[in-house]
Amino acid sequence: METVLAFAIGGLYALGLYLMMRRSIVKLIIGLAILANAANLLIFTSAGLTRGRTPMIGAQETAVRGPVADPLPQALVLTAIVIGFAVLAFTAVLLKRAYQTVGADDLDEMKATDT
Amino acid sequence: MKFLLVLPLLIPLTTAALCLLAWRRARVQLWLCVAGAAALLVTAAALLMAVWQNGILATQPGNWPAPFGITLVADLLSAILVVLAALMGVLVTIYSGATIDSRRIAFGYYPILQILLMGVCGAFLTGDIFNLYVWFEVMLMASFVLLALGGERAQLEGAIKYVTLNLLASTLFLSASGLLYALVGTLNMADLAVKLQGAPHSGLITTLSMLFLVSFGIKAGLFPLFFWLPASYHTPPFAVSAIFAGLLTKVGVYSLIRVFTLIFVGDTEYSHTIILVLSALTMLSGVLGALAQNEVRRILSFLIISGVGFSVMGLGLLTEAGLAASVFYIIHSIIVTTALFLISGVMRRCGGGEELRKLGGLYAAYPLLALLFLLPALSMAGIPPFSGFIGKLALLRAALESGQYTIAAVALVVSVLTLLALTRIWSEAFWKEAPEIDESKLAFQPQTLFPIATLAALTVLIGLGAGPVWTLSQRAGEQLSNPSQYVRAVLGDGKAEPKVAATVAGGQTP
Repeated sequence: METVLAFAIGGLYALGLYLMMRRSIVKLIIGLAILANAANLLIFTSAGLTRGRTPMIGAQETAVRGPVADPLPQALVLTAIVIGFAVLAFTAVLLKRAYQTVGADDLDEMKATDT
Repeated sequence: MKFLLVLPLLIPLTTAALCLLAWRRARVQLWLCVAGAAALLVTAAALLMAVWQNGILATQPGNWPAPFGITLVADLLSAILVVLAALMGVLVTIYSGATIDSRRIAFGYYPILQILLMGVCGAFLTGDIFNLYVWFEVMLMASFVLLALGGERAQLEGAIKYVTLNLLASTLFLSASGLLYALVGTLNMADLAVKLQGAPHSGLITTLSMLFLVSFGIKAGLFPLFFWLPASYHTPPFAVSAIFAGLLTKVGVYSLIRVFTLIFVGDTEYSHTIILVLSALTMLSGVLGALAQNEVRRILSFLIISGVGFSVMGLGLLTEAGLAASVFYIIHSIIVTTALFLISGVMRRCGGGEELRKLGGLYAAYPLLALLFLLPALSMAGIPPFSGFIGKLALLRAALESGQYTIAAVALVVSVLTLLALTRIWSEAFWKEAPEIDESKLAFQPQTLFPIATLAALTVLIGLGAGPVWTLSQRAGEQLSNPSQYVRAVLGDGKAEPKVAATVAGGQTP
């Protein structure tokens, strides 16, 4: 399963980066979204996939028994999803304003500030 | 004593909240922010004193013991940078009071500036890689809004590049943190240092360190990852440019120094040689870019990049003297770049433009302004007796001591070229006759003078009385080159000894 996901994540990174290098700002934002999710999936997978074993400590015990899912990466992914969502919302508004101001959805039209 | 570590985060947050309560009252917001930033400065100074007297301070705000809880750590480098961030906060807020238009203030300019300060302080004080990511995002979000606020075409175009490349850097950072956790099983920096100490020489760890180098390199503006910086820093209002120029790239530099002195010190032959080469290329490409530009802020943007090269040079050398010199140079660089960007705002107002050919005659019209430009400009180029001279001298000496003659030569050439780039601004904007088109010269605002004069005085003072600042930098460099102090402060005694990190290769299975 990890192997399959590894290839999927690699594909997502490639797709995200490819879309970001296109001229259209719509593709840029889709690329950013895919890239953020690829990173989340990477964290989730790299910590190891454990199925059906919650990290709960029994009533009479002081430590978890046996191999259990590591909750920390899931907490990290949760935080990253929230941050990613907020950032994506901001980017969408920014790109919409840029589209309205410049009058084009083409990044090649937005080179006035380049050096 | 431990509350001193939390206050630099709480004070800006509270100030921002209070500003939201005074939403429509610009003057109230301004004074709230000046008071908030001044309180931050006092706290930061107290923190620096405490760290100076008692060594590295650490605390666990959630009361979960490290490495499980959230850790805040202040060593001398962090404390110095928090003091400087607070100082820039005070001065830029005062400058903003005179220069930021009411439309931007109506959309929350002041509270966002405070949030930016909180993000910067958080990044300096955190002791956990993932928290560093979160503070980066806080800082970035605030900087995105400040950059785009106003909605002028140039601002939006610059913001798109800034946002995209910084988000890419964040994603790489996040991926690298996830992989690091999978490899080592912890994200607490001190714990990482312990677990990676004496770990078997592993290509995976080196690869990960390079991922961190790229993501922090984008944020710091290292060669060849800096192209977002000159494309965006000249577009927002001058106060925003100034605080970005002073602080944001330095957060990237700080992260590089932290990670590459504490965590990734296993294969220094490889990683730190790359950093040294990148630092030389960054200095050189920054200054060459500056020579090719014809607008004041574009020239200064490229000079920031050149300064970043100097700031990481000591890290590449990885000697105690080198790190101390880097700390000194960072202190100098924050003060001087902020000063120059603030002055460029006054030049724009008095001279009526930003392009060099449209400017002229400023020396005849405003001799005081010319003096205030000259002091930080000479300091940036490294002319004695200003702070830049001491910083560059220390870096050169460290480079010569460790036998890196090439980087020393590059640094010398870059210093001369920096002087050339700044002389161009001087001769075009100040010395040259005023051009024919002399429509409505705007008034010179006295409020903007105070922050600039403070910074100019600081660079002269640090240059003339370098002793105390140099001692401070030396102690900071000593702490950076002995990670065991940091580890002991965070994890308590007994854990600082190197352990055989058996868990490193196989990943963790709880």
